[in-house]
Amino acid sequence: MKLFRSFVKKEFYHIFRDVRTLLILFGLPIALILIFGYVVTSEIKNAKIAILDHSKDEITTEITNKILSSGYFILDENLSTEKQIEEIFKKGEVREVIIFEPGFSANLSKTGQANVQIITDASDANTANLLLNYTRAIIQDYTLSLNKGPNLNIKIIAQTRMLYNEELKGVYMFVPGTMALILLLVSAMMTSISIAREKEMGTMEVMLVSPLKPLQIILGKVTPYFVLSFINAITILILGYFVFGMPIKGSLILLLGESMLFILMALSLGILISTVSPNQQVAMFISMMALMLPTILLSGFIFPIENMPIPLQIISHIMPARWFIVILKNVMLKGTGLLFVWKESLILIGMTLIFITLSVKKFKVRLE
Amino acid sequence: MNTIIHIIRKEFIQIFRNKTMLPIIFLLPIVQLLVLVFAATFEMKNINMVVVDQDLSSESRQLIGKFKGSPFFQIQLNTFSQKEAEEFLKADKADLILNIPSGFERNLLKENSANVQLLINAINGTTAGLTNGYASSVIADYNRDVIIENINLNPPSSQSNVNIEYSFWYNPEMNYKIYMLPGILGILITLIGMFLTALNLVREKEMGTIEQINVSPIKKYQFIVGKLFPFLCIALFELAFGLTIGKVIFNIPMLGSLPLLFLFASVYLLVALGIGLFVSTLSSTQQQVMFVTFFIMIVFIMMSGIFTPTESMPVWAQRANVMNPAAYFMRVIRMILLKGSGFMDIWKSFASLLIYAIIILGLATWKYRKIA
Repeated sequence: MKLFRSFVKKEFYHIFRDVRTLLILFGLPIALILIFGYVVTSEIKNAKIAILDHSKDEITTEITNKILSSGYFILDENLSTEKQIEEIFKKGEVREVIIFEPGFSANLSKTGQANVQIITDASDANTANLLLNYTRAIIQDYTLSLNKGPNLNIKIIAQTRMLYNEELKGVYMFVPGTMALILLLVSAMMTSISIAREKEMGTMEVMLVSPLKPLQIILGKVTPYFVLSFINAITILILGYFVFGMPIKGSLILLLGESMLFILMALSLGILISTVSPNQQVAMFISMMALMLPTILLSGFIFPIENMPIPLQIISHIMPARWFIVILKNVMLKGTGLLFVWKESLILIGMTLIFITLSVKKFKVRLE
Repeated sequence: MNTIIHIIRKEFIQIFRNKTMLPIIFLLPIVQLLVLVFAATFEMKNINMVVVDQDLSSESRQLIGKFKGSPFFQIQLNTFSQKEAEEFLKADKADLILNIPSGFERNLLKENSANVQLLINAINGTTAGLTNGYASSVIADYNRDVIIENINLNPPSSQSNVNIEYSFWYNPEMNYKIYMLPGILGILITLIGMFLTALNLVREKEMGTIEQINVSPIKKYQFIVGKLFPFLCIALFELAFGLTIGKVIFNIPMLGSLPLLFLFASVYLLVALGIGLFVSTLSSTQQQVMFVTFFIMIVFIMMSGIFTPTESMPVWAQRANVMNPAAYFMRVIRMILLKGSGFMDIWKSFASLLIYAIIILGLATWKYRKIA
């Protein structure tokens, strides 16, 4: 035990000596949370549009004002001919062009019909769709206000309540997402690199011939990183709670317990990576290349899993982050207990066991 | 010149000798490209819903029928119990509850208006907004049917109507994959290029082999060029390979000039690789390089506008993006491929990246010391 303790101490020395890495390790979660909190959002704000108004009358001006004051759009340019549309799209700033036909309000008052055309730059299909929906809603709203007077129409009024997130804040998505991403990547990268480093430097052999058992070596390697990752988890939770108002409705103990479980899973994944990599470079590339993008894209962090094609939904089941994100959302936002997340927790435990078993099988105590 | 060619040849030999790295460099990115492109969509298909119909009238059934007929909604459960419905929402089995209170039909016929309640799981704000939009349009659809029935009963008064036509340019089928493929490909080549370059130099430091180069007559700039060129080639090769896959499998349009695209990509990669090189001249271990580059990478990617529109970011962040080479690249690669933008449309980004490349490579050369 004493031997083990001094080994852990040595590992801590290694970590604390490299101040730059340490700074990055603790700075990374903070920077990412701030970026997601203040910078990146999938909502639309200030999309640039151009307007081609062939009639320039009272009503088209009014509609234009309505659109521009909505906060979704800002006017980039007033066009005068159809030819300019192509040019302006090619420059890449403008995402939507609105065209009013000539004699717009005259048509509207004479025939009760007037035409407006909306052209969106659909090379970004996701955004184009949202923009079109917003514009249509604004114009339809305006049309409704034109048709005042006695309303004989029967109608159903829908009252909508947004559960768990009344203000539709983005923080409820990015705090769990960032937490899963950071804990997974940082834990897996740190362990895999640090073990692969000993191999590459040849110091692994020194440890293998020492009285330490292989299990103790691995545990000693992992313990400091477990502590560091857990500090990261707490940092993210504190930032989310105090800066962005992310609630923690469920039990805090359960939340911390699940975080520990996830960190353990990530660490054992790191160990597995290190046992299959001959040097640091391979370990890094596997833990970076194979984990980063799939975790961002397939865990439900940015894009909802239920929209994906079925084969991808199936693949997403092997992403550990997916399960952790479900657990985090359930515990933090819905306040549900273990009863609702036992399945996800079991999956994470299962993954941990698989990774550990595989690593033990692959771990070589002898020289090649 | 000869010296540079020798260094480059040495690097290539080293790269191709490493049999464990080869599949990671060449296979992993392609597999990811093929799989991940499908994931990046906000398009809603199956919104699972629960119906709590406490009225059980013909009107309520008609409304539910409208939801059933919509391609967006899947009714998972019909129940009378509000509690059961909410349990469903809690367990993530549904994202929407439609509550039709008793007396719905009576109110509708007597008072001409009746309320229904929509409860939406709003943890993901974006999809909740869309769900609300789709549900409202189903209800609006129902209202319109009722209005049409009504108009047939009493002839229309003077109604104004604005017809909205719309068209989606450059992508009439609204295929999100053609937008995401260039973006994801961009991330992958940046990752590969930047990390390979950054790790390469510092690995020589860690192994001590850099000393041998330091005592040789190789000039600083020759060394830097020799370290950059092989990885630039690999990254450009992967770009070409990825674009071929995009063309063959996803049928992405290539409206603009490909030479222009590759010219722009080369300048971009010089910046990305230069940053990697610069970081590695400042670090002494692979671990340091790894974490610093990882940090820079992830900030660049997230702010580049690959998944989310950059205009929605606050102004200061958009200004800060001047420093983000990935932001230029994501914009321009999509403009050239999907819209056929020419040099005149992108020259500003091109010039900015060129200046950036000169600065960062200058810094890297200056920081590289031939002493230990």
